[in-house]
Amino acid sequence: MPRAEFRSYYGRPVLKPPVWEWKVPAYFFTGGLAAGSSLLAAGADLTGRPELCRAARLGSLGALVASSGLLIADLGRPERFHHMLRVARPTSPMSVGTWILATFGPGSGLAGVAEMVPGGLRETLPGRLLTAAARPAGLAAAALAPGLAAYTAVLIAQTAVPAWHEARRELPFVYTGSAAASGGGLAMLFTPVAQAGPARRFAIAGTIGEITASRVIDARPGLATETYRTGRAHRLRRAAEILNVGGVIAAATVARRSRAAAAAAGLALLGGSILQRFGTFEAGVASTRDPKYVVVPQRARLTAAARDQSG
Amino acid sequence: MTHAQHSLYGPLADPAADAGHREHPPRVGFFTDTSVCIGCKACEVACKEWNNVPEDGLNLLGMSFDNTGMLGASTWRHVAFIEQDQGGDAGFRWLMASDVCKHCTHAGCLDVCPTGALFRTEFGTVVVQDDICNGCGYCVSGCPYGVIDRRPDDGRAWKCTMCYDRLRGGLEPACAKACPTQSIQFGPLDELRERAAQRLDDLHDAGVAQARLYGHDPGDGVGGDGAFFLLLDEPEVYGLPPDPVVPTRDLTESWKYAGMAAGVLVAAALSAFARRGAR
Repeated sequence: MPRAEFRSYYGRPVLKPPVWEWKVPAYFFTGGLAAGSSLLAAGADLTGRPELCRAARLGSLGALVASSGLLIADLGRPERFHHMLRVARPTSPMSVGTWILATFGPGSGLAGVAEMVPGGLRETLPGRLLTAAARPAGLAAAALAPGLAAYTAVLIAQTAVPAWHEARRELPFVYTGSAAASGGGLAMLFTPVAQAGPARRFAIAGTIGEITASRVIDARPGLATETYRTGRAHRLRRAAEILNVGGVIAAATVARRSRAAAAAAGLALLGGSILQRFGTFEAGVASTRDPKYVVVPQRARLTAAARDQSG
Repeated sequence: MTHAQHSLYGPLADPAADAGHREHPPRVGFFTDTSVCIGCKACEVACKEWNNVPEDGLNLLGMSFDNTGMLGASTWRHVAFIEQDQGGDAGFRWLMASDVCKHCTHAGCLDVCPTGALFRTEFGTVVVQDDICNGCGYCVSGCPYGVIDRRPDDGRAWKCTMCYDRLRGGLEPACAKACPTQSIQFGPLDELRERAAQRLDDLHDAGVAQARLYGHDPGDGVGGDGAFFLLLDEPEVYGLPPDPVVPTRDLTESWKYAGMAAGVLVAAALSAFARRGAR
């Protein structure tokens, strides 16, 4: 790649770096985990796999609680969280996502709580009502889960942050793949291997999608995706890929027989998913810190346009 | 549908009407003619005083006379100082330019705001309501100019309001009022664009070939700026992006790919359960 020559104002960034801290990429992970778990839970419920259903429903509920906490804590004014719910704005992926999460929450929550009813209370009227409501609640959550898994990619893509905006076609596949990988990984951790088949297959498919989409970003030449291949973002994504490849191989082989191996594979996939979120996040932040990622591509665009006009 | 697409990107004659204002005054803006800026920073001071913007660092930055650095949550006017040795007979020159929020026709900050705290005023400007903003920070990354920012001790996002309170009272913004050389000109945007075109012609006739307008073109990536500039060098020299584009331009495309990815996720879930057998 040729050394980029460009002019700037004392080398200062043109853009403001994102004000978001670790809580935002952490939320991308937990939101994806909640989505992936809900899909698994619904499938397990419908195909009669109670152990898998239980693990996935509880996983979805736990991830949902974590997601809500992270989202609120990241605000500059957490006590004003409910201001998100005073409007619905289609041009704001964060508004769309807030409404997806707000409608996903009750279904995931109800299905999860139903799994926590102690055996002695299941035969009481409230217990029976809760158990009966769990299936429609879980299915409602599963219906919203794909949106929950995918919208966070649109959220970061619709910014002026060069590395995020330029990867807008690939990031949704990275994020939904990562959601499936983590959802499957968590279920493998907490489900007997006999019932965990769908979790393994879901995790394998998701991880392969995630790795592929990540590699597509890496393979794109040019400055816009350089921060994915360099520095901290590169190290995080490289570690994510190692964990993902290891997790997939284990999930496809030893995890079918050994509970311990399944747990190890699940942990690797969860770790891969977390690192992937922090890696893509970091790539975006890095692309705002150096003015070249703004100036060089925009200047090239103007030069090309001028050439088209004169020639 | 055409209307909806139109209002996300491209030329837009009347952003206030597009935002729902029926009876409204003409769109107003700033034309900042940097060729007559003397770097006095009266605009910075007047802005801080009128808007009660807190102090945000008293540092010597070693960047010529610039000790504010860049626009931010508590710097709504920023005067840039650039010292250039052009060599030969041209010699040394000193560029000064007062930067401000561009009040874009298609404002990335406004588009992504999830609370409605950012809104389009009847004057066509873009303003944050400080009693609504919950500090989500999305606008900070939505702005292609790096203007709006979150105030760390306050948690909310802040930027130039074009003195919304003064406009409603029939006054011009504090910075324009204080500018001693009319480098900052305030008025109806249509008039400012005509005046700027005339000024550019005059400068070119006078042999200032480097003079150029920035942000005046309704056909640019943000549909034209409500605050535009006459510059004497390339925009990036002043810390401005050469060809900014509102991220919302690609909204439909992003959701299309997200939809495909969501579809693949559903397919993966279905196929994970489709296999027959105990496992």
